[in-house]
Amino acid sequence: MSTARPSFKFRGGSFHALVVRPESPIEAWLADVDVLLARSPGFFAGKSVVIDVSGLSLAKQAFLGLLDELSKRDIRILGVEGANPADVDGRVPSLVRGQAERPDTAAVPAVQSPQAALVSSLLIDAPVRSGQAIVHPEGDVTIVGSVSSGAEIIAAGSIHVYGTLRGRVLAGAYGNQRARIFCRRLDAELIAIDGHYIVADEVEPHLRKAPIQAWLEGDELKIMTMN
Amino acid sequence: MAQVVVVTSGKGGVGKTTSTAALGAALARAGERVVVVDFDVGLRNLDLVMGAERRVVFDLIHVVQGSARLSQALIRDKRIDTLFLLAASQTRDKDSLTDDGVERVIRELRPSFDWVICDSPAGIERGASLAMRHADLAVVVANPEVSSVRDSDRIIGLLDSTTDKAKRGEQMEKYLLLTRYDKNRAERGEMLCIEDVLEILCIPLLGIIPESKDVLHASNMGLPVTLNNPASAPARAYNDAARRLQGEQVPLVVPSDKVTLFSKLLGRRAA
Repeated sequence: MSTARPSFKFRGGSFHALVVRPESPIEAWLADVDVLLARSPGFFAGKSVVIDVSGLSLAKQAFLGLLDELSKRDIRILGVEGANPADVDGRVPSLVRGQAERPDTAAVPAVQSPQAALVSSLLIDAPVRSGQAIVHPEGDVTIVGSVSSGAEIIAAGSIHVYGTLRGRVLAGAYGNQRARIFCRRLDAELIAIDGHYIVADEVEPHLRKAPIQAWLEGDELKIMTMN
Repeated sequence: MAQVVVVTSGKGGVGKTTSTAALGAALARAGERVVVVDFDVGLRNLDLVMGAERRVVFDLIHVVQGSARLSQALIRDKRIDTLFLLAASQTRDKDSLTDDGVERVIRELRPSFDWVICDSPAGIERGASLAMRHADLAVVVANPEVSSVRDSDRIIGLLDSTTDKAKRGEQMEKYLLLTRYDKNRAERGEMLCIEDVLEILCIPLLGIIPESKDVLHASNMGLPVTLNNPASAPARAYNDAARRLQGEQVPLVVPSDKVTLFSKLLGRRAA
């Protein structure tokens, strides 16, 4: 007898999130958040936020009230750190790390948020011409061909160019410090990883026209030849 | 049924109009029925290079807008009777070109000719995109210098994405015509060499046209360079390119003007 077995796949993953630590008194802290949002309304847009309440001693009601205030401001909460899991009911995010001083309470296991999964990679089997932009918010981009001056590649993951890189490439553009850039010949206008960039003028002469890889070391963008 | 060719470049002043006229005349001289169409509405030049500027009554815009028939607007060349010109209007602008009108004109031209050669305006706006839209094959004209090559690269991207052929999922045939090439200056590193240009653009080479005063001289005479002085270096290069368009295998050499001791002496005396 053959029955279709349901597919069940799982894997481990770690994700970057913005950790926000509210301060007491909560009302004054929320007023500061409002000032920040008035200045830059998109500050929290699209970001996954973990709130760290370990510095506060909040009663359940006050804790749930804080979550309400944050969601009113469109701040999406992925998880809570330092809360008492007993305060967490169904409407609160499930990623909760308990307080250190109360190790007896069982933490709810972390679940993976669907938008954070980095899976698909994009393969382009042609030169990327001036004026063309390849934007890939999911993973790596591989170009079999050259990237022309005036072309742009933006990827969430790493960027591989099997040809001359003359245009602009932005790897890890959605916040990934581990993204890298590889190319057979570096002649780029700009390369960037996770927002840290250098322009053509700043590239050291011995790296120009060489096969290279680039990566982030702290806040510094490093380039090395790969001969 | 005609092959529709667009002669395009992105950048202005690289030799689109000269090349359109020269290739058109070379093909017509080989017995093909050719029409050259000027899409540079508002800045027309092809009629001057073809020496027909004083015989334009109706132009492309009249036909597009239906105020003249195609047969009224086609101007037959005085020297080769299989060569025709469809001129652009000088008083209108590119907004007068409608999508439907251009499509109709190209459709009407196809059965009567072997080659329809569209001279694209510079830029990447409406005029240029309409000139390339219905093409079967593109001749990308570039000079061996960085800005021209980059603009040509941009145009190749548009040829691969915005033309009818691309939208049908077919591959647009593209050929590079490298114009104003000066062998000595390229060797001295003052301009890009052929290998550099081909490495950037990655399309097959149709021909290399040497820099020559014959080109300017011919357009001042109102003659395609292939008719004005067929023995000159640029004329031979254009003739070779036209034969390659017809599918012939022609070895690629850069024709040059032979400098003999005699002509040197002559030149010195004249100077």
